[in-house]
Amino acid sequence: MNDYPQVLFKNRLPGETVTLRSYEKTGGYQGLRKALKMSPNEICELVKDSGLRGRGGAGFPTGIKWSFFPSKAPGEKYLVCNGDEMEPGTYKDRQLLRADPHQLIEGMVIASYALQATAGYIFLRYAYEECAQNVERAIAEAKAAGYLGENILGSGFALSLHVHRSAGRYILGEETALLNGLEGKRPNPRAKPPFPAQRGLFGKPTNVNNVETLANVSHIINHGPVWFQELALTIEGSGTKLFGLSGHLNRTTCFELPLGIPLREVVETYGGGIRQGRAFKACLPGGASTPYLTAEHLDLPMDFNPLEEVGSRIGTAGVTVFDETTCMVAVTRNLVQFFARESCGFCTPCRDGLPMVSWLLDKIEHGLGNHDDLCLLAKQVQNITGRSFCALAEGAMGPVESLLRLFEQELKDHIQKGQCPFL
Amino acid sequence: MSELLPQNQLDEFKAKANCADHPQELIVDLLRAIQTECGWVPDHGIDLVADVLGVLPVEVEEVATFYDKIYRYPVGKRVIHVCDSVCCWANGSEDVLDHLQKTLGINLGQTSADGLFTLLPTCCLGACGEAPAMMIGLTTYGPLTPERIDQVLAEIREEAGG
Repeated sequence: MNDYPQVLFKNRLPGETVTLRSYEKTGGYQGLRKALKMSPNEICELVKDSGLRGRGGAGFPTGIKWSFFPSKAPGEKYLVCNGDEMEPGTYKDRQLLRADPHQLIEGMVIASYALQATAGYIFLRYAYEECAQNVERAIAEAKAAGYLGENILGSGFALSLHVHRSAGRYILGEETALLNGLEGKRPNPRAKPPFPAQRGLFGKPTNVNNVETLANVSHIINHGPVWFQELALTIEGSGTKLFGLSGHLNRTTCFELPLGIPLREVVETYGGGIRQGRAFKACLPGGASTPYLTAEHLDLPMDFNPLEEVGSRIGTAGVTVFDETTCMVAVTRNLVQFFARESCGFCTPCRDGLPMVSWLLDKIEHGLGNHDDLCLLAKQVQNITGRSFCALAEGAMGPVESLLRLFEQELKDHIQKGQCPFL
Repeated sequence: MSELLPQNQLDEFKAKANCADHPQELIVDLLRAIQTECGWVPDHGIDLVADVLGVLPVEVEEVATFYDKIYRYPVGKRVIHVCDSVCCWANGSEDVLDHLQKTLGINLGQTSADGLFTLLPTCCLGACGEAPAMMIGLTTYGPLTPERIDQVLAEIREEAGG
């Protein structure tokens, strides 16, 4: 059903997890063999040339992030894999670790070699126990085969990997909160600078990457940066992307598709169209913090730049679709309630601002709002955006800002009718 | 304090803490182990973690109270976490919650009279393709219908000995 080249999902079979033997059969750990013959710097350059951008939501170019890392600094240095994946609408890393966890292990060994990291941590959310067990099994298999541990494949490079099972809370996905979580401290985000590359886990240089980002690394080494660039349908883009579909679609599963695929194709071909023959109204293109897209955006290529140009973001590419019967005020209220509850409470714009926005949206949704409330809502977006300690509250304003921009009439209808027009 | 953790597990944690550069990193592991044994983390569980890892009880408490999957109050034998984030909400999570509340005769935050179930909300479980979803223990269930919920509850009741 999927005609596009499969990279991360090429070994994926329903209900199965790839073992080391079958992973090796399709070229597994060849990237590592190749990488260990290269210099760490050559690997960083290659990843930079590939154009790989972070798959966890922020989209920072991975090779550039790595080039900031003080790989020659003496002492302990860490690579941390962020598998918190708690952005509503996002479940791609779960699918990846369910299907083929060795890709993460291989990617982490290559990345650790490139960064000269001495140990790696894989941070997994509470709900992903099955993934934690898959990763632990993969680590044990890789160790037994000499891909992990002391003197990896006779190269002299050594690495140990550790799995950390978390205990809930969205904020742990913020990389500095995650580091506090790993250290066993209260996981509030830390001030930046110093950035983790300078002072991260246990005060040592630390690089944090998402599961899917790291899983791409061995394929880039294996097939080269040009091959990776050509996987995308946009000229400037590179690679495939795991799209987790959800909401009012006929098919809500996870697909590996090229970056740059038109939103319409994602919705109609892969999502099987909207349920009950209804019309597409809007979607969150990449998780709860990404501004809405509407029917006018259906022909947009799903890639980093084209979405930024229309004021949204590809985020995690967890596409949540809403049909024509959905009240977008109610959707936004649900999203803001989520962010308000998941706020760590450290800074005022987030702790007090988000409940205020939630209260305003609730009031409007119940038909009790007035035009002053709309002004206040817009004002709160300004007050919160760029003024919170970490990105959580700013992300929460993504859907609110786009509600005001794209669904102004719907907001006004609530006020004029004195009730939700979708009731 | 032996009722908090089987002796062999306690010894294992002590050994790990002794050779770790940063024993504090074991806080969440140890809290989760105690919870698996006791169902929740009582005050003397906090003290035990502090004792084993050589940190202050307050340092354990501020971690324990941060996470929503660490219970610092007694809960039922099985905690039901109902997802109320956007994908589940768009697919009827409010109906799921209504059905659970009616069936169990409790509201969110309460424990059923037989002490078997506690009902709590949760944010996104990463089961967005199987919405609406809930998690009981470490198992995720979805997509949920009233029939499916009744079936799951019946299975758990049976497991727990009627």
